[in-house]
Amino acid sequence: MSPIFYILAALTIGGGLAAVLLKHLVHCALATTVAFAGLALLFLQLDAQFAGFAQILVYIGAVAILIVFAILLTRGAELPKDGVFSRTWFAGLVIAAGVFAVLAWAILQSVRSVSEQSAVPVVTVHDIGNALVGRYVLPLEIVALLLTAATIGAVIVAMHEKERPKS
Amino acid sequence: MTSPLAGYLLVAALLFAIGLAGALVRRNAILVLIGIELMLNAANLNLIAFWRFGPHPEALTGMMFAIFSIAVAAAEAAVGLGLVIAIHRHTDTTELDKINRMKG
Repeated sequence: MSPIFYILAALTIGGGLAAVLLKHLVHCALATTVAFAGLALLFLQLDAQFAGFAQILVYIGAVAILIVFAILLTRGAELPKDGVFSRTWFAGLVIAAGVFAVLAWAILQSVRSVSEQSAVPVVTVHDIGNALVGRYVLPLEIVALLLTAATIGAVIVAMHEKERPKS
Repeated sequence: MTSPLAGYLLVAALLFAIGLAGALVRRNAILVLIGIELMLNAANLNLIAFWRFGPHPEALTGMMFAIFSIAVAAAEAAVGLGLVIAIHRHTDTTELDKINRMKG
């Protein structure tokens, strides 16, 4: 375990915690961006260059911008009067802590049987492109269809409604 | 003591728990979506970590799964935020406690 891993893990976890805990929604969006950046750096640390740069492009470039747009369009930048946490916050916290406890227990129990170190895999973008249009061409087409449908659907859902005769 | 794989898996588990807590605890619908995004990202970190430390990284299975997962998450974010904007236009709030009817 290198010190770089600990720094990146702390950055990611700190960003995630800040995103969940901060009061102001715009601050939450910025903290989410920090968490996404930490995850992209963790991907690069895992020798997954393509996934790391895809993460930067998709999450920091698109999803974070979308979240900021949604916050500003819904006037979420104003602080609500009756707190930011829901009435059942304690139950949610207990459920999340329980899930983490079960996951951590399972990881610490089971990972010992896996080999400790493995050679750095040499995977170029060329290999990934060949795999995408070779073995994985059907999922690629389905994802393209899904993205088209989702884009059209999002536009139709968020499009301004026509004025109704009543209400 | 812990192997590298266990370290990455623990970080992913902690991030998943944080995202779950965010989705369950906050009132604002946009924060719930942020929590869901954090959970999806934790799953991606698991996929990449298993790809890296698995027996056959040259087969690219985990990497491809992570890439397709990122694409699906982007579509989900677009539709989810569009729904939040539509609900805000309809009911003039994004607080989930106040959205208590499905009929407009």
